[in-house]
Amino acid sequence: MTAGGADVTARGADVTAEGADMAATAPVVVRQAPPEPARPRWSRLGGPAAFTATAVLVLVVAPLLLEPFRLGLLAKYLCYAIVALGIGLAWGQGGMLTLGQGVFFGLGGYAMGMYLKLHDAGGDLPDFMVWSGVEKLPALWAPFGNPVFALAMAVVVPVLVALALGTLVFRQRVRGAYFAILTQALAAALVILLVGQQGLTGGTNGLTNFFDIFGNDVAADTTQRGLYLTVAIVLGVLYLGAWQLVRSRFGRLLLAIRDGEDRVRFLGYDPATVKTVTFAMSAGMAGIAGALFVPVVGIISPALLGVVPSLELVVAVAVGGRYALAGAVLGAVVMGYARTYFSEELPDAWLYLQGALFILVMTLAPKGVAGLASGVAAGLRGRLARGRAAA
Amino acid sequence: MSALLEIRGLDVVFDGFRAISGLDLSVEQGELRFLIGPNGAGKTTLIDVVTGLTRPAAGTVRFGGEELVGRREHEIVRLGVGRTFQTSVVFEELTVLENLDLAASFRRPLWSLLRRRRGASPAVERALSTTGLSGLAGQRAGILSHGQRQWLEIGMLIAQEPRLLLLDEPVAGMSLDERARTGELLTEIARDHTVIVVEHDMDFLRRYASQVTVLHEGAVLVEGSVEQVRADPRVQEVYLGRAREEAGDVVR
Ligand SMILES: Nc1ncnc2c1ncn2[C@@H]1O[C@H](COP(=O)(O)OP(=O)(O)OP(=O)(O)O)[C@@H](O)[C@H]1O
Ligand SMILES: [Mg+2]
Repeated sequence: MTAGGADVTARGADVTAEGADMAATAPVVVRQAPPEPARPRWSRLGGPAAFTATAVLVLVVAPLLLEPFRLGLLAKYLCYAIVALGIGLAWGQGGMLTLGQGVFFGLGGYAMGMYLKLHDAGGDLPDFMVWSGVEKLPALWAPFGNPVFALAMAVVVPVLVALALGTLVFRQRVRGAYFAILTQALAAALVILLVGQQGLTGGTNGLTNFFDIFGNDVAADTTQRGLYLTVAIVLGVLYLGAWQLVRSRFGRLLLAIRDGEDRVRFLGYDPATVKTVTFAMSAGMAGIAGALFVPVVGIISPALLGVVPSLELVVAVAVGGRYALAGAVLGAVVMGYARTYFSEELPDAWLYLQGALFILVMTLAPKGVAGLASGVAAGLRGRLARGRAAA
Repeated sequence: MSALLEIRGLDVVFDGFRAISGLDLSVEQGELRFLIGPNGAGKTTLIDVVTGLTRPAAGTVRFGGEELVGRREHEIVRLGVGRTFQTSVVFEELTVLENLDLAASFRRPLWSLLRRRRGASPAVERALSTTGLSGLAGQRAGILSHGQRQWLEIGMLIAQEPRLLLLDEPVAGMSLDERARTGELLTEIARDHTVIVVEHDMDFLRRYASQVTVLHEGAVLVEGSVEQVRADPRVQEVYLGRAREEAGDVVR
């Protein structure tokens, strides 16, 4: 080795101790990597504590304080929050901007709606079919009389559609804006399909006028309270699942794909598979949300799942903060409230307000409210640490 | 026994421009081979073809008896070929350890990735200590210096445990100190791996190379030891035609 080389090894020593060792002594000594820096306890417990507090608030406090109408609204927003969670996973973690989650939401919703309709009809034809002049129950409808089948389909169909779409699209390396436009087109196409098949789908009106769910009056306060609690618990469970996923190796891989899909291929993974699986998970969540939405709100129709509602949810996720699952969920709830408030007070202004808010957030705080919050928290932590060091 | 990597009659055409024409190359198991040549000689393109990024117009690339042409990038990695890039790419949002762990985990079935990582696997430990990045294991890769990034990329390659490593200009943009450190690293890796290194830097070459292949206009010009290559008048001419300083370096 030349003099220059010796020099370097000496300097390598101040980069890391191993650096010097390695150059001087071969074979290399394999040593234990130092543990990852331990975060302070309160910071590690911050997540679970916040989750528990939110759970108590949602499961105990809200049902006690809110009158039935308001509780119903919250249940609706929590349904949207489930969709938002899926968008956070696909877009925030995986970089797949999906503008068509309404499709999966709708598929789940219609599966549930079909069951409720058949159940209410009690062996006869559902009311809207009679009005449309349909004489015999369509073969597609028949199996949905079984609640287990209908609930299973509410998840299975969206997942299968997403798997098929993902397999076709991601293998061809379609991504970014092209993927976004494709999903949006899918939402538009589904609306056209649903509106066109009046006798099969209820057309523009969709499926509505439900009376009974599992032996309870759908409109009764106790039923609605039960539905609210169901939605909240499902959201909580899905949130924990998504949170676990994000922290797993799979989640790390997903982030890597978001930030450098082409590089990931050279790590031996097929990004198309990972993206397809994630997209299917987000579709499954939207399907579940749709199935819960129908008894809560009492209707599923093309207007609830087209391009506009799909976009609104993406905006909500962006505003809440797409890189944090909690941001996505909060965004959906807050934007839901804002929407209700403003469309009661200033119906025309809401659309513009929403657009303006979106632009504002994307330009000033691209990580959304959650990003701002964690920025502030990090700043405080830094201050605390410095304060302690100084003391 | 046939060579680990055998390239025959390779042609690569970009919109009518022949970047590689009729190239033959064999690399034996366990070799440390340096690949040099002036800018645009086709060195990166050659690596791109072997790793599935670029489709050749003609020719075969056999690795351990398997044909690589026509396979997708991740399939080639799964056969045991790893590479780094001329401009290093690491995942800045992930920690150093997570970057290495991802590189080491591709053989696991996808569902098993749903579990959280606990500690570091032996392959990751080895990569950390070989590259001297142990002290930075828990840090986000985004904060690494240029040199440390290159080392992390090499570390990811080690963690991948490939049979053949292709490194595209691993010391580009490094300080003199970092270069020497990387040279040691290469020598270390070459002890139990087959390695192909693309390198421009003549000083680096003189110091660490044994077997050298000179590429020129998409074909092999000369192959041999560093001394043979440096003494070859054709090599001198190619480099003289390109850049005087560099040529002086080779000829001296
Ligand atoms: N994708 C591409 N499309 C068109 N031409 C390309 C493409 N990739 C490479 N080339 C051309 O092919 C030739 C070989 O390029 P290559 O990158 O392999 O050279 P190199 O030997 O790696 O050079 P350098 O030392 O500058 O990295 C160059 O003339 C380059 O302009
Ligand atoms: Mg190159």
